[in-house]
Amino acid sequence: MSTKTLNHKAWWLVAPVVALVAFNAVIPLMAVVNYSVQETFGNNQFFFEGVKWFDAVLHSQRFRDALGRQLLFTAIILAIELPLGVAIALAMPRKGIGLSLCLVLMAMPLLIPWNVVGAMWNIFALPDIGLLGHGLNALGFDYNYTRQPGSAWFTLIAMDVWHWTSLVVLLAYAGLSAIPDAYYQAARIDGASRWAIFRHIQLPKMKRVLTIAVLLRFMDSFMIYTEAVVLTGGGPGNATTLLSIDLVKIALGQFDLGPAAAMSLIYFLIILLLSWLYYTVMTKDDES
Amino acid sequence: MKSRAITWLVPTIYIVFLMLPIYWLLNMSFKNTNEILGSFTLWPQTFTTENYRKIFTDPTWYNGYRNSLAYVLMNTVISVTVALPAAYAFSRYRFLGDKHLFFWLLSNRMAPPAVFALPFFQLYSAIGLFDTHVAVALAHCLFNIPLAVWILEGFMSGVPKELDETAFVDGYSFPRFFVRVFMPTIAAGIGVAAFFCFMFSWVELLLAKTLTSVVAKPIAATMTRTASTSGYELGLLAAAGALTIVPGAIVIYFVRNYIAKGFALGRV
Repeated sequence: MSTKTLNHKAWWLVAPVVALVAFNAVIPLMAVVNYSVQETFGNNQFFFEGVKWFDAVLHSQRFRDALGRQLLFTAIILAIELPLGVAIALAMPRKGIGLSLCLVLMAMPLLIPWNVVGAMWNIFALPDIGLLGHGLNALGFDYNYTRQPGSAWFTLIAMDVWHWTSLVVLLAYAGLSAIPDAYYQAARIDGASRWAIFRHIQLPKMKRVLTIAVLLRFMDSFMIYTEAVVLTGGGPGNATTLLSIDLVKIALGQFDLGPAAAMSLIYFLIILLLSWLYYTVMTKDDES
Repeated sequence: MKSRAITWLVPTIYIVFLMLPIYWLLNMSFKNTNEILGSFTLWPQTFTTENYRKIFTDPTWYNGYRNSLAYVLMNTVISVTVALPAAYAFSRYRFLGDKHLFFWLLSNRMAPPAVFALPFFQLYSAIGLFDTHVAVALAHCLFNIPLAVWILEGFMSGVPKELDETAFVDGYSFPRFFVRVFMPTIAAGIGVAAFFCFMFSWVELLLAKTLTSVVAKPIAATMTRTASTSGYELGLLAAAGALTIVPGAIVIYFVRNYIAKGFALGRV
């Protein structure tokens, strides 16, 4: 860090980026803030309402339920995808055609448009003609994701694991491939166990990439919308209505701009705050 | 030898799990509607390419692909072009507010698109860009520019500063140095950044759908319309879905050796 020279003219190099991102971020955000403190009865007439909407959203059972479901979903996703991703990365071939094949095939789900992911799993899980649904019912399970909340949750989580575990795999693999062979040779001479190698060599080397993995998976699973809406539409009932699904229902379905805007800001702030806290805690050791 | 078998087993099972839904989509896309709704078959009994033919001959379908590719390519070019000098500034200089700026850029990656959907619609309608490729390309800059800056900064920090200094001593001007010397050095990084911009613009639908209606409608939006209005044309839907996997697969193949690196070199 200390090798960087002080040069305020560098602002000219960042100016285009700042202009473009500010255009897309600041103006819409100000619009949201605007709506969140006003009431409208149509005809483009707005009245200042202060924090009324924030108060209403924070005290509504509906918001709390959606937030609860969202937190549960994100917790399950992180608990499954991280260990699984690391385990797969550890078992991956280190070189040759096997490695290329693994990388290309594993990255596939990441490049499929999100609504296609939803549609694909929708078809895959249909109880009568989908491979997953038909298979589960043939094995004796009573499975129907459009009727049973349990099945809907199972399908939603299976879809997200299918969609995003590869991201963790790729990151963990990148961390692993940065470990010099000499480390492993030294460990072998010391007669270190497989677990000791993982605990004292591989895990510390993966710390930085895993920090990124947790951050990305937290943010993206907290913002999940398209895949879930195409798969279950938030149903059955409200069983899988996560935060962003509820938000779009209120904003574009009911056109309740005030409550929707207040909810948007609370939602954004939750993500920002949790990410910042996590990032600060995780990088505290690096600073000193 | 036992551990060797496990080494192959785990990735193989995982890849089979990844391929099953994709296989099922392909399976459906080659069936006719009667077979899909009439029975459960593991592979098409009456193999048909009718679904694909429909997509390639009906302009409402194939224009969807053209629209999607148009805004994705535009966005990739814009994002990488403006991110290059910015990433250079972050990797080489300290300047007023640099750290705050970097975090602010990344914080946009944390904004749920659902939050921005409505204001984006109003903003781009107000400046007369609604339903154009440019609108979607610009809107996707919100999350792609921070990502590109982040990745490129990681790659650039890996290049020793001596390269810059030697070039300036040799009498290179800054633009000439940047284009002739520096960019070729980080070519892999530019490739990775372009890959990620392509990827996130290609898979995003909420904003793309909000900002378009007819002329610039993305393929993904055409698919949702089919699902809701013209009944249950599963075969057609499956074929359209299968075709959206193709561009991604091609792009992955080209950057396969750098994908993993791309993530790891960036800093948060």
